[in-house]
Amino acid sequence: MRYWSILFAMAAVGAVGAFLYAYFSPDWWLPNPPGDFHHSVSRFGREIDKLFFIILAITGAVFVGTQVVLVWAMHRFADETDAQGHPVRKADYFHGSQRLEVIWTIIPAGILVFIALYQMGTWAEIKYRSAAPKVPPLAEVTARQFQWVIRYPGPDGKLNTVDDLVVVDDLHFTRDRMALIYLRSSDVLHSFFLPQLRVKQDAVPGLTIPVWFDADRAGDYELVCAELCGWGHYKMRGKVYVHETEEQLRQWIDEKLAEQNRSRLTMTTAPNGR
Amino acid sequence: MSAELASSGTPGEAPTQGPGHGPSHDHDHIHPAPRFFLFRYVFSTDHKVIAIQFLFSGLIFSLLGGLLALAVRWQLAWPWKPIPILSRLLWADPSAGYQMPPEFYNKLFTMHASIMIFFVVIPVLTGAFGNFLIPLMIGARDMAFPRLNMVSYWLMWPGFILILYSFFVEGGAAEAGWTSYPPLSEWKWSTPGSLNGQTYWLLAVMFSGLSSLTGSINYITTVLMLRAPGMKLFRMPMTVWGMFITALLQAFALPVLTSALVMQTLDRVAGTNFFEATGATVANAPAIPGGGGPILFQHLFWFYSHPAVYVMILPAMGMVSDVLSTFSRKPLFGYKPMVIAIGGIAGLGFLVWGHHMFQSGMNPMMGATFMLSTMMIALPSAIKVFNWLGTMWGGRLQYTSAMLNAIGFVSMFVIGGLSGIFMAATPVDIHIHDTYFIVAHLHYVLFGGSMFAIFAAVHFWFPKMFGRMMNERLGKIHFFLTFLFMNTTFFPMHIIGMHGHPRRIADPSIYEFLRGSGTLGMNQFMTVSALVLGAAQILFLLNFLYSLVLGRKAGDNPWRSNTLEWTTPSPPPHYNFARIPTVYHPPYEYSVPGVEEDFLLQTQPRPAKAGPLDPIMA
Repeated sequence: MRYWSILFAMAAVGAVGAFLYAYFSPDWWLPNPPGDFHHSVSRFGREIDKLFFIILAITGAVFVGTQVVLVWAMHRFADETDAQGHPVRKADYFHGSQRLEVIWTIIPAGILVFIALYQMGTWAEIKYRSAAPKVPPLAEVTARQFQWVIRYPGPDGKLNTVDDLVVVDDLHFTRDRMALIYLRSSDVLHSFFLPQLRVKQDAVPGLTIPVWFDADRAGDYELVCAELCGWGHYKMRGKVYVHETEEQLRQWIDEKLAEQNRSRLTMTTAPNGR
Repeated sequence: MSAELASSGTPGEAPTQGPGHGPSHDHDHIHPAPRFFLFRYVFSTDHKVIAIQFLFSGLIFSLLGGLLALAVRWQLAWPWKPIPILSRLLWADPSAGYQMPPEFYNKLFTMHASIMIFFVVIPVLTGAFGNFLIPLMIGARDMAFPRLNMVSYWLMWPGFILILYSFFVEGGAAEAGWTSYPPLSEWKWSTPGSLNGQTYWLLAVMFSGLSSLTGSINYITTVLMLRAPGMKLFRMPMTVWGMFITALLQAFALPVLTSALVMQTLDRVAGTNFFEATGATVANAPAIPGGGGPILFQHLFWFYSHPAVYVMILPAMGMVSDVLSTFSRKPLFGYKPMVIAIGGIAGLGFLVWGHHMFQSGMNPMMGATFMLSTMMIALPSAIKVFNWLGTMWGGRLQYTSAMLNAIGFVSMFVIGGLSGIFMAATPVDIHIHDTYFIVAHLHYVLFGGSMFAIFAAVHFWFPKMFGRMMNERLGKIHFFLTFLFMNTTFFPMHIIGMHGHPRRIADPSIYEFLRGSGTLGMNQFMTVSALVLGAAQILFLLNFLYSLVLGRKAGDNPWRSNTLEWTTPSPPPHYNFARIPTVYHPPYEYSVPGVEEDFLLQTQPRPAKAGPLDPIMA
């Protein structure tokens, strides 16, 4: 029954087809702005996407190659019997080929080492502490069940002073500027995931981890919790807003600060101490 | 009896004395099978009975694990819509409109993974097939330690009971994921499942681990000590090689998991702080003294659980190699390179655990090293795939159900292996870590890999186990549906994962970027596929049960295969071999020139005119 090869061919065609179709659909492609969904908004995002495509091309070629061989072998070497029930053809008798083994060990090894070494630079740039940008921190982000508490420096420009602005689930920064945050957790593990910016870093109780990223266009993005953190994990969503200019960001912080101080004022000066 | 067998000739060497007098051909020391039902079928020390016990309990638990998965899929496709029937039975709260509570969703995926890994795939691959095949394939009458073997099965039972009971304790079953990362899994108030369920989960997994550990000691000893005369190490079937190296993996890795689980249990019940950081707290409880580190648990857990991934694939690779060679009627391509590749996977398997932790807060420089070792482990896997293709090339492929499932394994393992390269690459992993891309990858390896291998093995060895054939037509329909709907269920997960869909979230529509009709439609498509995939397993179950009672009687060697188990009657008698066989050549001598049949049992010498064997490959 050589027709079984068709089923395997279908699976392979479907797999390749799914990725081809995804390329043309903003809903299926890498998460990017809907209008321009082949463009990652962050610098690291573009580098990660490039590496993703290199691996996709290599693995795609290997996938197509092995599936073609598999399907062809299934078709070509299917057992057939004649009218008396004797096999039409005898199977070959050999135990392998040293030359082939050497070839298909050395070539994949070379490719794999290439992939690994080629990625090192980007990884170092994104994660190594030594690569952290020498800029004042944008904010300290503390994850807790099930919210992101974000503390921006107040007018004094310093974190963890009395004039800090503290908001929940609302991350703001400026376009084309490297934003540096300090990531912490006050209870369980969480993970700071910006899908559109290709940023992911677990928040670990007891550690303060610097994370840096940028975006080349203003607009709304999303902050996802990517590490299981309890019953409400699914809704631990933060909003991300990228401002056009530093002034706009400053202005937003000032507005929020005024709001924060106003509410403090009402608390302390309300009649009967309420 | 183990000592007697061990002393009956040096394993791996041809007998020196004449037939009938050689100590290896003893007829004596064979006790009759126990007559009493309880000792014959329940508390049996016979490796074949124990294997079938492992197989049955694994299959029963796979039904539960599968149902949990379908409930997960339902919630993802139609968030908060009541599941027909189940909603009313399981979390019947009319005031919530029979909606699934979000913590219940977390229980579902936690228990699905835990049950499938610790109570289905590992016990079925090593417990059932390892137990059944190792003694039969190396020509031994039983395991080296039959009583320890019985203990290894009965250690599963406290695990079975605890894991099932945990659904009914206050707070319900564990819900910290099968990875069970602290502190979520430790603080009682961090999530309902951590109240009590997690303790039961820890104990259940510990019992399952003890079962594997006692099993692995037995397998290692049996393979090293009880091989029949002439059964040199490089004459063992790939199945035995896979099981042997798996046993080594388990023996070295399980103590680490066990200690991690004990430490977590102590943190939960005895107030220790192995994995708890200073000053952290949950639900406004007073801060704990801490002093431990949550990441330490991840290191210990993955030091076992990455090798465990190979525990779930190496036996599968071995069994698939045997099935492929048999139904290609052709020697396995590159037998020795295949063995070395398995060894390479196992060795490297201990050096790659950190690739689960690239984003965990572990020093990123370690990530760079783990990336290199992880890339290298793809190499032996690739070599194995090429060798399987080489085995089929030029063969006479007979598409039995077992063969189709084995080819399905090869085809799906290629996808699972290649998608692994994406997450081995640390920068790309930043994006796809903890998304559905990972879920796709692991299901291609565990369903496309381990499960297809289990299907292949059940179809292949069912005649030997039960003396009856499975129905081929039903088997082929089952394979067709499973292969088709397995792909439609799991392949789109790559795409939505690439789109950023996180795993373990009860309702993707919370996020704007996942609210598009593409993601939603894909989720519904996958769920419908999963439901059909689940329904298709009924065919397998029916075929299994029907054939058990009414299947066509199988002869000794229905597949015309070479290895020693096919020289025994089906099912094999108590103590397997009345005479310990003598082995003359490696197991894959199919279509040997000068032999009339297209197979040559390992107990029959190769004809002189077939020429010497290739010393490097065979």
